[in-house]
Amino acid sequence: MAVRKLAPEELQPESFVFSPDTEAFAEQQIAKYPPGRQASAVIPLLWKAQEQAGGWLPRKAIEAVATRLDMPFIRVMEVATFYTMFNLEPVGKYFIQFCGTTPCVLRGAGDIRQVLEKRIGDQNHVTADGNFSWLEVECLGACCNAPMVQINDDYYEDLTPENFEKLLDDLAAGRPVKKGSQIGRNTSEPFEAVNTLQDPSLYDGSQIGTWRKRFEEQAQPAGTGEAAAAVASVPQEAKAAKPTAGRPIESEVADTPAERAKKGEAPVNPVDQKEAADPSRATKVEPRTEDAAKPAPQSGKSYVASPGGGATPTSPTTPNAGTPPGQSETRRDGSESKPGVVVDKDNKTS
Amino acid sequence: MAKIIVDGVEVDVPAEYTLLQAAEAAGAEVPRFCFHERLSIAGNCRMCLVEVKGAPKPVASCAWGVRDCRPGPNGEPPEISTKSPTVKKAREGVMEFLLINHPLDCPICDQGGQCDLQDQAMAYGVDTSRFHENKRAVTDKYLGPLVRTSMNRCIHCTRCVRFTAEVAGVPDMGALWRGEDMEITSYLEKALGSELQANIADLCPVGALTHKPESFHFRPWELTKTDSVDVMDAVGSSIRVDSRGREVMRILPRVNEAVNEEWISDKTRQIVDGLRLQRLDRPFVRESGRLRPASWQEAFATIAAKVKDTDVKKIGAIIGDLAAVEEMFALKLLMQSLGVTNIDARQDGTVLSPAYGRGSYLFNTTIAGIEDADAILIVGSNPRIEASLVNVRIRKRWRVAPPPIAIIGENADLTYPYEYLGAGPDTLAELAAGRNSFIEKLRSAERPLIIVGQGALSRPDGLAILSAVAQLARDVGAVKDGWNGFSVLHTAASRVGALDLGLVPGEGGLTAEQMAQGGVEVLFNLGADEIDIAPGAFVIYQGTHGDRGAHRADVILPAATYTEKSGTYVNTEGRVQMANRAAFAPGEAREDWAILRALSDVLGHRLPFDSLNALRAKLYAAYPHFAAIETVQPADSAAAIQALVGIGGTAGREAFVSPVKDFYLTNPIARASGVMAECSALARELKLEAAE
Repeated sequence: MAVRKLAPEELQPESFVFSPDTEAFAEQQIAKYPPGRQASAVIPLLWKAQEQAGGWLPRKAIEAVATRLDMPFIRVMEVATFYTMFNLEPVGKYFIQFCGTTPCVLRGAGDIRQVLEKRIGDQNHVTADGNFSWLEVECLGACCNAPMVQINDDYYEDLTPENFEKLLDDLAAGRPVKKGSQIGRNTSEPFEAVNTLQDPSLYDGSQIGTWRKRFEEQAQPAGTGEAAAAVASVPQEAKAAKPTAGRPIESEVADTPAERAKKGEAPVNPVDQKEAADPSRATKVEPRTEDAAKPAPQSGKSYVASPGGGATPTSPTTPNAGTPPGQSETRRDGSESKPGVVVDKDNKTS
Repeated sequence: MAKIIVDGVEVDVPAEYTLLQAAEAAGAEVPRFCFHERLSIAGNCRMCLVEVKGAPKPVASCAWGVRDCRPGPNGEPPEISTKSPTVKKAREGVMEFLLINHPLDCPICDQGGQCDLQDQAMAYGVDTSRFHENKRAVTDKYLGPLVRTSMNRCIHCTRCVRFTAEVAGVPDMGALWRGEDMEITSYLEKALGSELQANIADLCPVGALTHKPESFHFRPWELTKTDSVDVMDAVGSSIRVDSRGREVMRILPRVNEAVNEEWISDKTRQIVDGLRLQRLDRPFVRESGRLRPASWQEAFATIAAKVKDTDVKKIGAIIGDLAAVEEMFALKLLMQSLGVTNIDARQDGTVLSPAYGRGSYLFNTTIAGIEDADAILIVGSNPRIEASLVNVRIRKRWRVAPPPIAIIGENADLTYPYEYLGAGPDTLAELAAGRNSFIEKLRSAERPLIIVGQGALSRPDGLAILSAVAQLARDVGAVKDGWNGFSVLHTAASRVGALDLGLVPGEGGLTAEQMAQGGVEVLFNLGADEIDIAPGAFVIYQGTHGDRGAHRADVILPAATYTEKSGTYVNTEGRVQMANRAAFAPGEAREDWAILRALSDVLGHRLPFDSLNALRAKLYAAYPHFAAIETVQPADSAAAIQALVGIGGTAGREAFVSPVKDFYLTNPIARASGVMAECSALARELKLEAAE
């Protein structure tokens, strides 16, 4: 971490008073917390004070925040010095946070750094015209478009020494600049030709529910093996998902379809062995006797809305991890409803 | 209570105990740096790791409760180990990390020999370092005249930050920056604004914070330790006086839950240099306007000649703030045998008197009892400067759950919020008449506490005010069975002992004020330096320092300070405590009782004892409660309150003013101390700054 220090006395302003805008923001933030807990709003207030003071926190601003929140000065100072995003020394009109973490360096951040050093100088140094200062920071999370910098509040990605120089020229001259990628790609789409996800049917909604349809068609005639046991073991009454459901410790160990399959025995009576569908044991099987083409049971876990059937109104929409797939009214592989994709209304539980 | 097995030993401890406390209950030692019994739990040094059966990793025992442990599979008590190989390895790891950035400067470090890190490195450390990078370097911080910093040594336990914020109540210190760059400092490196700041150097487990005035003067193993009691204020903090040869080197707090817990004020601790500066080391006699050194015989002869020529009605005695019970008793006997009735131990003019019963002048609630109060009214006192550790108790009470606290008197910063009712007796009368809403809070409280200070009592109308306060205390039910909320806060260490001895003017006797203003021709002054004695009288000053009293004296008898004699002191609660001799008085100076005994011989009224033990035997026979060291003899408070209420009278209108003008300069020892002078100047500066 770069060595940080408070700005020297000659750079510190004489006073700092909250602007009406900052004050309104402060009130709004403080109102979020119970009375007497106003100190919880210290970070938003410091952030807003930094914004008002031109991108850095003068000592008087720290004291103003402390006074506003009825905190000792040192407590606010502790917060302001802890977080590196609070600048304690003046910054340029355009404050450049340059990402120097591995992905950006692999993609040429070294050249960008040279541009910064050439045009602006050392880190934490404001140019004579007051336009620029820069700081190397850790990953800003735009690795797909590396190398990148953050200038004030915006990301500028896919930088090369040339387009970065031009960007800085434009900023210095006050010309409008393009935010985001500097090579014209849309967000983080593939850099060159787009080769994937091109099937138009992916986007017209026709794919929704097709996997399950296919699965049900194939699973219907199957009378042997694990899948059959799984399907057959659907309980007559849906069990509420419980933390104990499906735990190995809760059921007898020996009699699993997998073991029976291994021993060449006939599948167990599905009525007797509800727990047999436990995926934690069912997936242990290695020699598979049934048709390999059949889809194996999928995990009961799902992070999306479950298109459960109307027959199990008591079962929760999202089954708990560990619920045997067979106990779910319907089975999912995740393909039928991605977040953001329209959910098939016919299959919706409620 | 919860059962827990520590290293195979089953103990039964309260469920809210931490594992560290449980381990200590079971006799297992757990090393620690950041944990401190009287501060909040930080859990950041990781030295106290123990193994809990069933937990995947070692846990910090200071921050893990016994009630948080899971029982065993068959319901057996939870089990922890403080000695297992895992624990040993974990602690070695922690120690190695702590030592990575800690300089190896024990030979030049003042903490050497009394350093937690040094001790624990001996027990848990390894002999070599595997760290080959550069050590961290931190600039030293300025924290004022009492604490020297050497921040390279800091291990970031944050005890000092927690102490200043929690106990001292001045949130001056903090930890800036973060991670490896973390630095402990005060805001903008200003001097700390607390009268308890030197305690942070005691708390520091390493040598990062050491005591500045005594730095590089001694090694702890060279010192002789003497348990004693402090006389800087009427709290009577328990202290340990460390001396080398005949010189007192330092004063440390001693744990005494009933009085000072384990803190002492800066004045208590750092007047050490005052004990050797400006000392009176030989008798002096004033000849043609100038004091000249004399022998004891000459001095006594001068006194005897003067006393013989004077009418006993024109002889008087004033007793100062630092006198022990023994010499006051000796002086009382001497004056009695001379037939003198002009004797007064109340140089500040306070109206308290044994005539109204012992309960009328004690801090009846006791200092520890403050923690039980559920409403507090302070009248005419600034406890922060008059009795810092009483203030610490009130703050401690306030931190547990804020009770209603109100002040009549100076509107000063007491480190906790309070309701300011007003400045003087008018407000008190209004409150008593029920014209202030605070009276309801006092009435509804189960255990109301009313503290009345010398600011309200050391004035001509003090008796009327005392009576009004007693009336108020009775009205709000502050004095009842099982609770006595009427408490007088004293400022002088000798005062309660003197009142117990009845050192107030006898029949027709003059008060200290009247004597000082010329009521007597021969005045025996036993260490009273806070009173101006008018010209004219022949003054015999028996004291320790060349202070105000000695300047006005005609004969000076050099005496011993509280660290140089064995003496009994009674604190504001009425707790009898014994100060012990840690060093000898300089030059020809002698213990006070011995001087009085020798003088009595010359005056022809030989006192009936030849040794301190004989004196004490006489004392205990006359006043048995002085024999009960370390205890408070409860007073008959109901009768005392009744007597006080009966006084009546009308109070004046002037505001209450604390008798302590400058916390650091309240007595001759403190005024002789250079450190106290520096602190005083700094405090004035801070005060001016705050006023701006």
